[in-house]
Amino acid sequence: MAKDPKSNQKHYLRRDVLRLGGGVALSTPFVSRAWAQTTEINMLAWYGHGEPDIVGAFEEANNVKFVPKYYAGGDNMLALIAQSPPGTYDIILSDAEFVQQLNLAGYIEEMDANDYPFDDMLHEDFTKFPGHWDGDTLFSMMVRCGHLGVSYNTTAMSAEEASSYDGFWKPELAGKVGHFDWHLPNLGMMSLLNGNSAGLWDLSDDQWAAVQEKTMSLRTQVGGFFDYGGTFNGMKNGEMLAMCGIGDWITGALERDGAPVASVIPKEGGIQWTESYCIGKGTDKADIVKTFIQYMLSPEGQTKSAQMLAYPGFAITKAGRAMLQDVDPAEAKRSHQIDGMVNEPIALIDDGRIHYRDIPQQQSLEDWNDFWSEYKNA
Amino acid sequence: MKGQLKFDVYALTWRLPIILWQLLFFVGPVVYMIVISLFVVKNYRMTEAFELVNWARMLTRGYFWDSYAYTLFIASLSATIAMVVAFPAAWTLAFRATEAQRRWAVFLLIIPFFTSYLVRTFSWYVILAESGVLNAMLGYVGLGPFKMLNTHFGTLIGYLTLTLPLAVILQTVTMANIDKTLIEAARNLGCKPFATIWRVVLPLSKTGFIVAALFCFILAFGDFVAPFYLGGSQEPTLPILILDTTKSGQQWPRAAVVAIMMMATLFTVAFTAIALAYRTPKGAKA
Repeated sequence: MAKDPKSNQKHYLRRDVLRLGGGVALSTPFVSRAWAQTTEINMLAWYGHGEPDIVGAFEEANNVKFVPKYYAGGDNMLALIAQSPPGTYDIILSDAEFVQQLNLAGYIEEMDANDYPFDDMLHEDFTKFPGHWDGDTLFSMMVRCGHLGVSYNTTAMSAEEASSYDGFWKPELAGKVGHFDWHLPNLGMMSLLNGNSAGLWDLSDDQWAAVQEKTMSLRTQVGGFFDYGGTFNGMKNGEMLAMCGIGDWITGALERDGAPVASVIPKEGGIQWTESYCIGKGTDKADIVKTFIQYMLSPEGQTKSAQMLAYPGFAITKAGRAMLQDVDPAEAKRSHQIDGMVNEPIALIDDGRIHYRDIPQQQSLEDWNDFWSEYKNA
Repeated sequence: MKGQLKFDVYALTWRLPIILWQLLFFVGPVVYMIVISLFVVKNYRMTEAFELVNWARMLTRGYFWDSYAYTLFIASLSATIAMVVAFPAAWTLAFRATEAQRRWAVFLLIIPFFTSYLVRTFSWYVILAESGVLNAMLGYVGLGPFKMLNTHFGTLIGYLTLTLPLAVILQTVTMANIDKTLIEAARNLGCKPFATIWRVVLPLSKTGFIVAALFCFILAFGDFVAPFYLGGSQEPTLPILILDTTKSGQQWPRAAVVAIMMMATLFTVAFTAIALAYRTPKGAKA
């Protein structure tokens, strides 16, 4: 750089400019090479699935970076994907009951069943999960699940009171019963309470009317409708003493922090949420996405999933459960993931006390949502 | 020249950016919203159509009108409370404080806006919870605990968090510009303090006060955070209804109907308020 002695101003000489330009030009390949080496994987998922406790080790080992977009609820997931151009999401975590919708709409790629450990599943149902296959073609791979029932504050409700959805009507809980703000699990629970059991989603007009009536009778007990954060806070600070529409996926995380909360599967039965990975249609990263899904089904991935900081879930493979019991026996015990324990999740399924979450069969989702809005306004 | 339109390039150059901005980011989206309210959703996908089914469905639902009435009521109540609570503070700052004190006060009132509204809202959890700070203090004098979160009270607190500093600032600025000799004259002529406020200060501050109240109403009417996080969604306001509508079945067209109804309400309220603010009293010279 040259200085004009008269004006005291700096003038850039051609040599300076060339030097600067040369430096930039020489360093560009290194910069672009560094960028090129890290592959970004766009993920659409529930909160927590793209966080370091789950994907950190995989990112490091494979030099990839997950870019998560989080949603709350299957409808919300479908809405987000429908608004995005094809290929926006490389990997989609879907609630199992929405996989069929994703497939019908052409949002997901076919998968090769030979790539995944179907022979290691803890339950036979997990190998041919409803909606995940179209004939013999696999479209989605189940990775975790959890059970929904009565979630409660153990200082306000006894285990016996929580052993039925009727516990929500306990007079002392007036104004202290919260709802996770999504009609599907809440109305499913009310359907179970009405004795619809395995047909909880397949309601005739009369049964649907009865479910609405039963739900409406709970309204005076209700203290609020919450999203994930609000549900978490409500249970943690004791504002809500019982919560409808959730399960161990919320109370488990709080329980690990020492909060006096628990979830049980009541005598009327519980609902299983099931999460499955799909490969987004049009992605050019199908190979690395497949490797990631395989990782999540490996013992290490299954253990991380069971320990997930955002919300815990059950391991679905035998090897995954075995590793969880080895590395974190306390969590395995807390979540009953030990053979022979009371409320062991696979035994609950075998006993017919668990029903897989689904969408309404005889009504539309809009009908259920309309009622939910009426209920909130009541 | 009078009566002739003159094409002023200089003026147009300076006006053009704001005109373009408004066209692109206000008029365009509003038109688009009106258009999609006529679309239909099939298999979670919005399909182009020209049907009034969404309007018919939303406007015939009782829960829509319940939400509408509640939102109108709680936003009006919040604006009224904000204006009343702000007045003593604004009065003090306008007439009692020195210029330097007023400047500092306005600066301090602006500081909350440096923090995210969501963060400010969540911080109320610590204060309003049954095991929170406020109930602990009330407990010392043998009161409570009171349920404040997930109530209408919680919603109002959230709205006031958003609007109260603004109301104080706007009222202060308005009253600080009143010619103080008029107030002194009123007092010298025997006008009592409250009569001075009612007959001198308020009429002179009318425009500023109506604008302040209007801002408070608009902010509360469209706010999602306070009724959702502090009010526990009960009862749901219109912004919550928009979210509920989009969450289920990707019903953006129905959400657009709710949004258009909200905008129509805000336009009506705003134009009425502005007309009131600038109305010349009977007998007064324009």
